[in-house]
Amino acid sequence: MNLTLKVWRQSGPQDKGKIVDYAVKDINSHMSFLEMLDVLNEELIAKGEEPIAFDHDCREGICGSCSMMIDGIPHGPDRGTTACQLHMRRFKDGDVVYVEPWQAKAFPVIKDLVVDRSAFDRIIQSGGFVSINTGNAQDANALPVNKDSAEAAFDAAACIGCGACVAACPNASAMLFVAAKVSHLGKLPQGQPERAKRVQSMVSTMDTEGFGSCTNTFECEAACPKEISVTNIAQMNRDYMQSSLGD
Amino acid sequence: MSWVRKTVASTIGAKFIVALTGIVLVGFVIGHMLGNLQIFLGQDALNNYAQMLHNTPALLWSARLVLILSFFAHIGFTIKLTRQNRLARPQTYAYQQSIQAPTSSRTMIFSGLLVLSFVIYHLLHFTLGVTHPEHKSLVDSMGRPDVYSMVVLGFQNIWVSLSYIVAIILLGLHLSHGVSSLWQTLGLNHVKYNTFIKASGPVLALTLVAGNLSMPVAVLLGFLSLPLGVV
Repeated sequence: MNLTLKVWRQSGPQDKGKIVDYAVKDINSHMSFLEMLDVLNEELIAKGEEPIAFDHDCREGICGSCSMMIDGIPHGPDRGTTACQLHMRRFKDGDVVYVEPWQAKAFPVIKDLVVDRSAFDRIIQSGGFVSINTGNAQDANALPVNKDSAEAAFDAAACIGCGACVAACPNASAMLFVAAKVSHLGKLPQGQPERAKRVQSMVSTMDTEGFGSCTNTFECEAACPKEISVTNIAQMNRDYMQSSLGD
Repeated sequence: MSWVRKTVASTIGAKFIVALTGIVLVGFVIGHMLGNLQIFLGQDALNNYAQMLHNTPALLWSARLVLILSFFAHIGFTIKLTRQNRLARPQTYAYQQSIQAPTSSRTMIFSGLLVLSFVIYHLLHFTLGVTHPEHKSLVDSMGRPDVYSMVVLGFQNIWVSLSYIVAIILLGLHLSHGVSSLWQTLGLNHVKYNTFIKASGPVLALTLVAGNLSMPVAVLLGFLSLPLGVV
């Protein structure tokens, strides 16, 4: 299979960046998208050119590193998968494929397809935790949690913080990410003492980091490799307004 | 009071205000349409209704005050949010693609601003009588302002009617996303109710478009015509 890749190349944070065309030949359809980029990079290195920088780590859909827009969709055309889980059999011979980094003010490009997602870390640091005394692990089931809440919390906790929600959102909003974190702790008894404080400070950090706001297009949910539901956003809106208007 | 400032300054708080003021404006649009549909009951019914509204100035102006405040808050906060949203993505994608978002959800600011410019024209036309002063001064046989003839005369002009038709369709587009969306902003999203929430926007939008379009269309097709004696 032969493809034409149109890849965003940007040498550093200050560079303006542009789309560069690459012809990639004889691609094995069993390769993952990242392996195809590896092959292209080896060719570039052999020719003495700068390889395309991209983030990757686990290559099994868990770490959330492989952030890239493939034909305008975060992680590519398949639902509920990351870019590393996308295989070349999804493409046809002769396809032209655009590969771009997440574009958001809060996620500045470091190089090519690599962006700085530490804004997410700062949101977590501002409240995405529970303050408990550590010590010996307590007995399992010492704190009763009903099954539905446990399931909902677990669904929200599946978020891998990849940033696809921000990338897909027409407003570069981080609402789905923040909502997933707020819900995951807010649905469990351990999260209750700090529930109001948590949503207030995480939303405030989200706004300060320069993410946009939610216009309910629900592109985030469709793009999320872990299929986090926008129900969490409604829950966060409710928690935020309750904690603002309440005591 | 600092909590008020903080909440209003936050994106979620601002959206909350947009949703609440949206409800007020949608409520007005529904009432406005139901009132106007009385045109099909004839000149007497519509003129009587118009006079009744104007006979209770305290009520009229309280309603207008709430409307004006909601109107400015709705527009002010959305413009602020839209500017923030534009700033949040300084570099756009070379390949623009949306996965499932309907056009109405992506064009709210445009449909909204176009409806706004129409509202200004609409007020100049019917409420203030600037564009057609000769229609505004009409009086019926009972001495009431002749709203019926004013509307019919206005809509007999194809360009006036067309501008109303386009504006109503844009309003429908705006509300088909806006109404379904405001529930989510107010924190209402539940599998039990989501079917209704999803349908609320398109159903209300279609109802409003059909009801409001019926009037200019009826005039253009000759179903509604001027009473005798009005030239």
